[in-house]
Amino acid sequence: MNTAGNSNPIQKGISRPKPNPKWGREEEGEIFAQNVKRFRQKKLSEDDFRRFRLQHGAYSSRLQMNYSMVRIKVPSGEISPEQLEKIASLSEAFSIGSAHVSTRQNIQLHWVQLEDVSEVMTGLVEAGLTTREACGNTVRNVMCSHFAGVCPDEKFDSTPYAKAIARFFIRNPMCQNLPRKFKINFACCSNHGLARIADIGLVPEIKDEIRGFKIYLGGGLGAASFIGHLLEEFTPENKILPTCMSIIRLFDRHGNRENMARNRMRYLVHEMGWDKFQKLVIKERSIVEMTTASYTTKLFNVKAEEETRPLPKAANTKLVKLPILNERVTLGSPAYERWLHSNVVPQKQDGYFTVFVTLAAGDIAANQLRILAEAIREFSAEGTARNTPQQNLAIRFIKSDDMHDFYNRLASIGLANPGALTIASAVGCSGTTSCNLAITNSHRLAKEVEYKFLELGLDTDDDLRDSTIKISGCPNSCGQHEIATIGFFGGASRIGTTMAPTYTMLFGGSAGEQSELGKAIMRVPAKRVIDTIRKIIEIYKQERSDSETLSQWINKIVRGDGTGKIKNIENMKVMLTPVVQLPPEEQDPDLYRDYGNGTKFSAKTAKGECAA
Amino acid sequence: MTIENASTSKIDTKEDITKIDENHNYQLPIICDVDTLRVLIKKEEVRVVDVRKAEQYTQEHIPSAVSLPLSQVLEKDTPDAILDILQNLGVSDKMPVVIYDDTLGALAARVAWSFQYVGHENTALLEMTFTHWKNIGLETETKINSFPAKRHSLNINPRIHADASYVETAKEQPNKVLVDSRERLNFLTEHIPNAKNIPYTMLGSNGSILRRPEEIKRYVENRGIPLDAEVITYCGSVGTLSGLTYFALKSAGIENVRLYSKSFREWKSLGKPKEEFKDANYWDLSAD
Repeated sequence: MNTAGNSNPIQKGISRPKPNPKWGREEEGEIFAQNVKRFRQKKLSEDDFRRFRLQHGAYSSRLQMNYSMVRIKVPSGEISPEQLEKIASLSEAFSIGSAHVSTRQNIQLHWVQLEDVSEVMTGLVEAGLTTREACGNTVRNVMCSHFAGVCPDEKFDSTPYAKAIARFFIRNPMCQNLPRKFKINFACCSNHGLARIADIGLVPEIKDEIRGFKIYLGGGLGAASFIGHLLEEFTPENKILPTCMSIIRLFDRHGNRENMARNRMRYLVHEMGWDKFQKLVIKERSIVEMTTASYTTKLFNVKAEEETRPLPKAANTKLVKLPILNERVTLGSPAYERWLHSNVVPQKQDGYFTVFVTLAAGDIAANQLRILAEAIREFSAEGTARNTPQQNLAIRFIKSDDMHDFYNRLASIGLANPGALTIASAVGCSGTTSCNLAITNSHRLAKEVEYKFLELGLDTDDDLRDSTIKISGCPNSCGQHEIATIGFFGGASRIGTTMAPTYTMLFGGSAGEQSELGKAIMRVPAKRVIDTIRKIIEIYKQERSDSETLSQWINKIVRGDGTGKIKNIENMKVMLTPVVQLPPEEQDPDLYRDYGNGTKFSAKTAKGECAA
Repeated sequence: MTIENASTSKIDTKEDITKIDENHNYQLPIICDVDTLRVLIKKEEVRVVDVRKAEQYTQEHIPSAVSLPLSQVLEKDTPDAILDILQNLGVSDKMPVVIYDDTLGALAARVAWSFQYVGHENTALLEMTFTHWKNIGLETETKINSFPAKRHSLNINPRIHADASYVETAKEQPNKVLVDSRERLNFLTEHIPNAKNIPYTMLGSNGSILRRPEEIKRYVENRGIPLDAEVITYCGSVGTLSGLTYFALKSAGIENVRLYSKSFREWKSLGKPKEEFKDANYWDLSAD
C-alpha cells in the first residue's frame, strides 16, 4: 500500500505519518486464542471466560454465544489511515465487511466468530490498536472532543492529556476489577464534548497561566442518569493524575459490588451525597499525592503524547471562500453547497476546515474505509481522522482550496451525504442488530430517520440545525437518548391485544458543560417515530417566536414557558396523541412490527454483559 | 506489493523445477507461484488456462494462455464434457495446467476442481489474479492461442465430490465436517445444519488468492476441525467460492476434502433442512 510519503507529489497533507501508538500487545491475541480453546474444552468456566473475554474487548452477540462484537478502543478518537485500512481488512475477513462507529469513539466489528477474535486482535496490534479493556469492569475508552486541537473556543488541546490518562490506566492493576465500568471524557471547551455524562469529565481551563481542568464527577447515562458535579473551580494539571487515581480508588473501595443495577459510580455519589463524596476525593487525593512513587507519577506522561509533527497554524494558500454557515441552502441547492453547509466547519487555524463524513448510524463499509484512508493521507494536513460520538468521522485540517476535490473523492464512494451536523444525522446504538439487551431495532430506525430527513432536505433548515435525534434500543442509553433534543429509547407495549415495538420519547436533553437530561414525554410506536418528529417540527413552525430554533422552543415547552397554544408538555402530548395512535392490527399489521422484521414482534433479550 | 517482495517468499525455483515425472512433466503444487509459472511458460511445458470472460481474454492475457470462460465449463458440467474441454485445449494426462482468473481465484478454483475430478491431477491455481499479475508489471500478450488436441484418459475421482444425498448423510456423521464458505451474514441467515462457517473472505490476503497454509490451518484448527476429518465445502450457487475453499483446505493439510458443487442453491431447491437464525436484525448493520 502506498503510504504517500514526502516524495509523493500529490500529497497535500503534511508528510510524516503518525507513529504507531502501540496501544496493543502482541501476546494478548495468543492468550485469547488459548483461552477460547480452554473454554471450549471446559477447562475454563463460563464465568471466568466471560470476564476474561470482556476485559479483552469482546462482547457476546445477540442470542448467539458463538459470535462476538469486537470493540476496538480508539483513545481520544484519533485514528490513522493505516488503522482504518487494517480495520477494513479485518472486517472483510472476519466480520461482516462493515465497521461501526460507536457513541464512545470505539469502532466495533460485529458477528465475529469467537474462534476468530484472536485473529482480529493480532491484526489490530500490527496497526497499534487494541481491544483491551474496551468492555468489562475497567476504565473504558478515554474520549476526547473531536474538536480538540482545532476548536476556536478551547483553552488548549486536551488530546495529549486524554491519551496520557488512557495510557496510564490501560492494563493498570488498580482498575482491573472495578465494581463496574468507568468512563472518562475530555472536552475541548464548554460547548463541545460529553464531560458531564461521564464518571470523570474534564474541561480544559487556564488559571494564572497554568493549565488545568474543570473536573466533573459522577455523571452518566443509563436506566437512571445523572449530570456530573464540579469537583472544584480549577484543578491544575499537576493534580490531574492524583485526582483521577483517588476517584478510581474511592470507587473501587466504596462502589456497590452487590447490586449490579446500581454499581456505577454515579449511584455511589448519589447515595453518599455530593458533599461527602467531594470531601472524600479531596482527602483521598492528598493521600495519593503523598504515597504515589515518583516512578508511578512519571507513567502519566503528557509530553510523550504531544504532537511532535509540525501542524500548520494557518493555511498559506489563497483562501477560497466557502459558503458555509452564512448563506442559506435549500433542497434544490447544488449537492456540494448543501454538503458544505452541513458538514464543514472552520477551525481556529485560518484557512483550515474540519469535514464531517456522515455515516448512517455509524456504519461504514470496508471499501469505503480504504478510499477514505487514502483521501485522508492526501488531503488532511494532520493525516488522521477522529471518530465522533455522533457516529460520524471528522477529517480535520482540510484546506479551503482542496475542499471540492476532497468532496469529490468522498462522493465517489458514497460518503458525501450532507447533514452530519444537523438534525438529520440521527444516532442509533446497535439495537437488535447485535445487542443482547436490545428490545427494538434502534439502529435501523436511526438510518430510516436519516434517509427520510435527507430526502426531505431537513438538513438545509437552519432552524433545526442545533437539534439532535438520538435513539437507544433499550433504556440503557448507549444511543445517548437523554442528551438529545428529541431522544428515544426502545421498549415493548401492548397495543390492543398485540405487543408492538415502541419508543419512549424524551425532550430537551443537551450535551456540553451545560448538559441537561431529557424529560420523558410519551410512548411512540416504532413505525410512528418519523411521523411524530415531523409533527413536532410542524407544530414548532406554527408556534415559535421569531428566530427561535427548534431546540430552544422545545426547551421552553419542557420548562412550561410556551407562549403560543402549546405551553407545556401536557399540551404537546395532546397535539401528538393522534399521530401515535395505531389502527387495529388487522388493518395494517406492518405498523405492529419493528424495522427490519417481516414477522410478528416479540421482545427477546438475554442477560447483558456490561456488568459481568 | 512490489515485484521484489512478490518473489522473495517463494520456493526456490531452481530446486523446485526438478520435480518432474518420468515424462519430464513438472509436478505442480496446489498453488503455482509466479516464478515457477514463468519458467514453465518459457520452456513451453505448461498449459495456462484463462477462465475470465472471452472478451477479457481477447484484450490481453498471460503469455501462452488459452481461453476457457467458466460459463463454458458450467454449461455442460459432465465428466465427458470436461474431458472434451481438456482434450481440445491440448492437455495430455500428465501435463501441468495452471489456471487463473480475476475473481479472487474462485473461478479458477472451480475449473481446477473439475479438471481434477475427471482425473487431471496436475492442475494448479496461479497464486494471484490477472489484475495483480499486471499490477506488478509482469508480461501479457494479445495473441489468441490454440494447441493441437491431445488424448486424455477419463479417470473420475469420486472422493473429491459430494452431492446432496451425500451431504445429507454426512452432516450427522462424527468425523465429517461441512464448511460453508459464504459470507457471515448469509451464513447467519440460513445454512445446512451443523455447518461451520469459513467465509471465502478469510482465504486471500494482500494480492494472494490464498493466505499462507499455516494461517489457514490455524483458522481450521481454531474451529475444532481435525486435520484428519473429511471436509465437505459448499457455497451459494455453483461451487466457485467453495472451490477456492476446497484448495485452501487442501493447502492447509486436510487430505480428505470434497466439493458439494451444486451447493446451497440446490440444497434449498430440494427443500432440505436448514438452520436459520432470526433473532437479530444483523443485516441492518451493513453499510453496503
